[in-house]
Amino acid sequence: MSMIGEFTEARARPRLSGSGIFGLALLSLLGSFALVGPVVIPTDPAAQDFSASLAPIGGDYLLGADHYGRSLLARLAHGARLSFGLAFLTMLAAALPGVLFGLVAAWKGGWIERLMELLATVVLALPGLMLVLLLLAFSPGNYGPLFLGLSLTLWVEFYRVTRATSKTILAQLHIEAARVLGFGSGYILRNHVLPVIAPTIATLAAFAMATAIIAVSTLSAISVGLQPPTPELGSMIVELLPYYAEAPLHVLMPAMLIFLLVLGLQLVAEGDRG
Amino acid sequence: MGNFLVARLAQAAIVTIVVGALSFVLIRILPGDAAMRIAAGRYGPDASITEAAAKVRLELGLDRPVAVQFLEWLGNLLRFDLGHSLVTAAPVVHELQVQLGASAWLAAAALTLSILIGPAIGVLSGLRPGGVADRLGLAGAAIFRAMPPFVLGLLLMLVFSKQLSWLPPAGFGSPREILLPALTLALGLAAMSSRVARNSVAAVVKAPYFAFARHKGLPEAVVVRRHGLRNAAIPVVSYLGLQAIYLVEGVVVVESLFAYPGIGHALVHAIIERDVPMVQGTALVMGLMFVAIAALVDAISLWLDPRLRRTA
Repeated sequence: MSMIGEFTEARARPRLSGSGIFGLALLSLLGSFALVGPVVIPTDPAAQDFSASLAPIGGDYLLGADHYGRSLLARLAHGARLSFGLAFLTMLAAALPGVLFGLVAAWKGGWIERLMELLATVVLALPGLMLVLLLLAFSPGNYGPLFLGLSLTLWVEFYRVTRATSKTILAQLHIEAARVLGFGSGYILRNHVLPVIAPTIATLAAFAMATAIIAVSTLSAISVGLQPPTPELGSMIVELLPYYAEAPLHVLMPAMLIFLLVLGLQLVAEGDRG
Repeated sequence: MGNFLVARLAQAAIVTIVVGALSFVLIRILPGDAAMRIAAGRYGPDASITEAAAKVRLELGLDRPVAVQFLEWLGNLLRFDLGHSLVTAAPVVHELQVQLGASAWLAAAALTLSILIGPAIGVLSGLRPGGVADRLGLAGAAIFRAMPPFVLGLLLMLVFSKQLSWLPPAGFGSPREILLPALTLALGLAAMSSRVARNSVAAVVKAPYFAFARHKGLPEAVVVRRHGLRNAAIPVVSYLGLQAIYLVEGVVVVESLFAYPGIGHALVHAIIERDVPMVQGTALVMGLMFVAIAALVDAISLWLDPRLRRTA
């Protein structure tokens, strides 16, 4: 969970670079596969057909079938939706409190800020994955601790960046002027602070989603995350691995999908970093 | 100078408290009565189990307030009394000693390999920004960074063990077995550090003191060695501190993948088996290993960059 870099200074205006546009195109492609795929593909990702075990790519099954004869196309689509969806929810659950706490700490200062800083220090004392693993020990294989653990570690980055950036903005003269003119705190935060930090938050959000996708697939692959038969990309790889000799591409497809998802998110994040 | 030590000691204390508190809660929410469980384990589940459980409760003080028990729990932790594994009944400390050695070797090998790969690519890229090496380095870094360690490890395993049969896919004992897991981690680490090295080399090459060293007639090798590398190394080393996170997380993943008998492997197994004392012990040692690496990086940064000593 170290993908999120250290950048706190506000940037002028974000412009997508070439690689950023490529990342965006990649993401929209994968996003539509994840969103539309499960709706359009009628096959149940859990339906088994042992006569089609390890069916090759391009036959009756467009992307082949796994060892239980489950359609890989359907499983990949559902897996992509699961990864995307879980990453998006985790990102929201981290970004909303992170930004909110950051703004409050920067605005109020004092003991609220010190309390928040202490909280952030405590979370950061352990590597993120260790905290998620400890929470997973409460009920291995469930969504709850996975989601909770990931958002608990990821909010800190949003908080720290928001607090640091807002602090410098709030110290500037035009904010002072707005205060003297009698504008309320809500107005100032909405109109003077949020627009400036928004691009940075967007970058962090993309990084956070990439981190979440990596973490969920990794934990499932080492069998403490989501359990089979859930069509999760990481556990799909591990399930198919024993059949690598017969069907190498079947193993590589979910791996490729994870790689492309993360690459797309990282390219978008760095693309608008400038 | 001593500031960073105080901060790292505080961090180590927080790690201990967080791990200890979570484990304390964990062992209390395990199904069933703790005293009953221990009594059954000691004397067997026979007819007098209720009386035995009552004695155990008194003996271990399980009837005292939760706060008192928690303080005692933390006290034991501080004396590194980690209890016994619920699965093997061996003292946790004994198991950890063996595993820590294995994990430390893996981490050291990975770090060494990454330092050989990352900065080398970084220096090549940074000496000529925009050149072929720079573009290749950028593409390589983007690709390796987007690959989760377990995917990278699997690919290496498939290529080097299955296709080429050069290296064993799992196990422990000889340098051949450590190579694949270490390489997995090293490539991930190098993907990040090569770009940091590239940027810092590019900045140093543009710096006036670098041009001056050249103009005053120093041989190129001396210019790079005396004025280039040390200055360029400062950001790279301080970035190693951030990479400690990747290293510790990666050790957990890669050990499980390659069935390498280290602490990360033990942690994952303890979680699956819900062996709380082992979860606590392994998580504590991994957390402290993380703090130790970070402290080491702090110390090297101070040694490399005397300017920090004045402000610290």
